[in-house]
Amino acid sequence: MFWEMLFRVVGRDSSSSRFQAKERLRLVLVHDRAKISPYLMNRLKEDLISAISNYMVINEEAMEVHFNQDEREVVLVASIPIKKIKRDYLEKAQ
Amino acid sequence: MGEAIVVTSGKGGVGKTTTTANLGAALAFAGYKVVLIDTDIGLRNLDVVMGLENRIVYDIVDVTSGNCRLRQALIRDKRFDSLYLLPAAQTKDKTAVRPDEMEALCDELREDFDYIIIDCPAGIERGFYNAIAGADKSIVITTPEVSAVRDADRIIGLLESHELRNPKLIINRIRPKMVRQGNMMDIDDIIDILAVDLLGIVPEDEKIIVSTNRGEPAVMDAVSQSGEAYRRIAQRIRGEEVPLMNLDAPISIFDKLKKIVGRR
Repeated sequence: MFWEMLFRVVGRDSSSSRFQAKERLRLVLVHDRAKISPYLMNRLKEDLISAISNYMVINEEAMEVHFNQDEREVVLVASIPIKKIKRDYLEKAQ
Repeated sequence: MGEAIVVTSGKGGVGKTTTTANLGAALAFAGYKVVLIDTDIGLRNLDVVMGLENRIVYDIVDVTSGNCRLRQALIRDKRFDSLYLLPAAQTKDKTAVRPDEMEALCDELREDFDYIIIDCPAGIERGFYNAIAGADKSIVITTPEVSAVRDADRIIGLLESHELRNPKLIINRIRPKMVRQGNMMDIDDIIDILAVDLLGIVPEDEKIIVSTNRGEPAVMDAVSQSGEAYRRIAQRIRGEEVPLMNLDAPISIFDKLKKIVGRR
């Protein structure tokens, strides 16, 4: 029991090389998959535009979507200039 | 009508050729008609792994360029009832074969064989596209290392964008002791990352080196752990449900001790 528990703790310890391998892979694959597939980014942009357009008018030309990475996570950053907020968003949503 | 299965990995040295040889031998041993194709033109190796290197007369480029008939280039492995090898050319490069020629080749072989297993070269260049051109299904090999898993992810993306949906994963060279110590990714970690179906696991096994030295596939060795793993994978390819190998069988004194202590 004692050993089992000890091993379990060691296995999950964030300093174990297994954990590091998995975390590093997770981060690198976010980048790999996004870069390899411009299709993914274009689809995401289109979906964002269609969702946001229910509520506001945006400048699609100036819209930017990209990834930011630090050591612990990858963040999706979208910069979307707004032209105006729609007044009829409640009706549209229904 | 037979089924063409391509064995890929992206990264080199993770066990594509060994896997192709062993799955071919296991399926042939079970009574199926099997042909193995080495598509690694310029770096042929399936012949030596199979122990058939001295019997090559013609190769795949001779077939696709019309120098010989397909039947003439197929080398029969006499240890089995129906196992054949179509070797790669050693003197040409990967542009010597076109994807449409591979498709035609696989179509012809499908009529006579139950399984066509295609050994893909490492990398994502022309050789890769040749190897997958005639395939109906795909297998991706990885080892529990970050570099191999990363390349496997790339290959899975390429396979899926070329109409080879749902590739099946084999995790090769697992070291159970290192997994227990938290120093190697386990099966769940890798499946979680790659999000594909698992076809099988193969433990790290020194016997593979011995069997490759001799040119005898490990599945011919009844006591080899990796041989057992490949036999199980071959059964799954045939559609049978077989449990994964138990890699946690106690081996070291320390493990035995752990068991005794645990019993209290």
